[in-house]
Amino acid sequence: MITATPVSAEPTPHPEAKAVTNQLGMWTFLATEILFFGGLFVVYTLFRLTYPEIFRQGGQSMDFWLGTVNTAVLLTSSLFMALADRAVRANQRALLTRCLALTALLGLVFLGIKAYEYHGKFAEHLVPGPGFRGPPGSGPRLQIFYFLYFAMTGLHALHMLGGLAAVGWLWRLNAQGRLNSGRTEPVVIVGLYWHFVDCIWVFLYPLFYLAGR
Amino acid sequence: MKATAEPPAGDAPAPDYLSSGYSLRSWLCTLDHKRIGLLYLVSITFFFMIGAAAAAAMRVALLSPKGDLIVSDVYNRLFTLHGVLMIWFFLIPAVPNVLGNFLLPLMIGARDVAFPRLNLASWYIFMTGAALALYAILAGGVDTGWTFYTPYSSTYSNGHVMAMAAGVFIAGFSSIATGLNFIVTIHRLRAPGLTWFRLPLFVWSLYSTSIILVLATPVLALTLFLMVLERGFGVGIFDPKIGGDPLLFQHLFWFYSHPAVYVMILPGMGVVSELVACFARKPIYGYRVMAFAILAIAALGFLVWGHHMFVSSQSIYAGVVFSLLSFLVSVPSAIKVLNWTATLHRGSIRLDAPMLYALGFMGLFTVGGLTGLFLATMAVDVHLHGTYFVVAHFHYVMVGGMVMAYMGGMHYWWPKISGRMYHEWSARIAALLIFLGFNLTFFPQFILGYLGMPRRYYAYPEEFHALNVLSTAGASILGLGYLLPLIYLSWSLCRGPRAPANPWGATGLEWQTPSPPPTGNFATTPIVTEGPYAYRPEEP
Repeated sequence: MITATPVSAEPTPHPEAKAVTNQLGMWTFLATEILFFGGLFVVYTLFRLTYPEIFRQGGQSMDFWLGTVNTAVLLTSSLFMALADRAVRANQRALLTRCLALTALLGLVFLGIKAYEYHGKFAEHLVPGPGFRGPPGSGPRLQIFYFLYFAMTGLHALHMLGGLAAVGWLWRLNAQGRLNSGRTEPVVIVGLYWHFVDCIWVFLYPLFYLAGR
Repeated sequence: MKATAEPPAGDAPAPDYLSSGYSLRSWLCTLDHKRIGLLYLVSITFFFMIGAAAAAAMRVALLSPKGDLIVSDVYNRLFTLHGVLMIWFFLIPAVPNVLGNFLLPLMIGARDVAFPRLNLASWYIFMTGAALALYAILAGGVDTGWTFYTPYSSTYSNGHVMAMAAGVFIAGFSSIATGLNFIVTIHRLRAPGLTWFRLPLFVWSLYSTSIILVLATPVLALTLFLMVLERGFGVGIFDPKIGGDPLLFQHLFWFYSHPAVYVMILPGMGVVSELVACFARKPIYGYRVMAFAILAIAALGFLVWGHHMFVSSQSIYAGVVFSLLSFLVSVPSAIKVLNWTATLHRGSIRLDAPMLYALGFMGLFTVGGLTGLFLATMAVDVHLHGTYFVVAHFHYVMVGGMVMAYMGGMHYWWPKISGRMYHEWSARIAALLIFLGFNLTFFPQFILGYLGMPRRYYAYPEEFHALNVLSTAGASILGLGYLLPLIYLSWSLCRGPRAPANPWGATGLEWQTPSPPPTGNFATTPIVTEGPYAYRPEEP
């Protein structure tokens, strides 16, 4: 079945082969993530079909403009992530630094706006639990809407934090001069993740902010 | 097996993986897939013993119909402990994380898995989850059953459900990490010439298992996450009193847990394929069909979760579809049993201990699979649901199937893992004891279930007494059967005769390297020129 070959005892892993391996790892991880969020989307669909009125009420209480601005901010951050990918392929380290900085900055702006929104909901007693006070005329079931809102956007925000850490790691690699047109794969892999988290938001935005409109 | 890999002339032989370091640190910080496999082996053996002790306590308690020994509440906690530990901390990691971790790179001619650090991290994640589960048990236990059905786990629970659920949640990430690692490893690190249809069926089964782990486990994580949030915030996701949907929990839970059943059987099928081919000295009959059957079981396994919910107010039309799909799964499963049997035909069969386990698997898995058809039939399930028939059915698949395969694989690869031979006759006697004890324990439970004895009760009507005594008697034999390997395998670790590289005369790359293998697995990268089971029955 096997034959002896003159290959050296310590085969040096081919960098390109290693890059493909790492990318396949990220794609597999994203498949896991899709199923994780997928379950939440199923839960959302079920409750929206069961209680359409609370999703209308809840959707109307969302701040449309904050959500819309945040969508624009996040999509723009993805643009800079894509430009970072181009910059590293073209070996433009200074440009890469700027792109990564803008990606991270826009990610932080997104989280800042999200935190501001959460604070508003907290102040209005719209956090599910014993302290929940819905607007007049709404029943306790409105909590389900807010529960899903906090669970889904909260998990999304956690993923954003992970993405920011990964962009920080790229920044450090770049500062050490370890990213160039011969080694683009860390940027590609982090980019995949960043765009994925972005895609999740593209679905969350209409489900919560446009639901009552 | 004519050509073997010779180390390049002049090189000193590389130290084997066991003697490459003796410090605790060299084990706990190792990136070697073989050592990580052994870390898993020690951990899951420990959890198996706790889970088995809980089962023993239940069987002893059921000797008396009135439940004189254990009160209802303790009994509930015992079967929950048994289920949670045996499923998440023994069966799911058993073959993939112990045998799979050890063997996958060896079988495909690689030096290690694709992401060795992730592999080590998966063990630490697993142990963190296990520590939380153990804490929950020591702090007083959980009485929900392993399924965590709401509202037992939310509104009415009085145990440490949060800690237990968190433990299972965390352990899930270890499954995902392992699955991801295996998928990438099989895609990227196969030796030159090792095409997909030259892969041993064990590798095919690990591949399918990994796909299930990666795609199903996140849904369990999500379900437990929602359950814990519901408990924390009192919001109606699953609780109908406040607007939730109790059936939703069961849908989400079984969307994971039914595929997880295949995580608990597919690797066993892979192991049995290796054993049958080696001890019948024949190529596996219908190799490609076997590979596709494994993939088909994994794919269909995602579409049958509703057969756990025929009596849970699920729509009858959904029930019909789930019932039909469940029947469909039996087709590839039957193909596998048929092909193993056909492999035996005119083989040169040797009844060594691993083969005894493999033959035991074939019989017991067939009983477990066929009784599954009863339960997949909606009208029959109404009668059998929630009875001991279900308990017997899944123990025939999980214990009669998976544990038999795990034991068989453990004996088969023990010389490779430890570098030592075990005592063959002790092993044969243990295999027979396990087979007899298992049947005596669980066959009466089919009858008990058919007669209507419900599961999960600490007491039962007098008429079921005799069969329960039989079952407990069988459990004591089964327990002895499991104790024996612990003794003679540990003995062989120190005293067993040294194993040659290929004691069974088996094909497969893992037998082409010394026992135990050196740290880097192969002195030279092997080149594969043949299919996986190039056995000739006329040559012993």
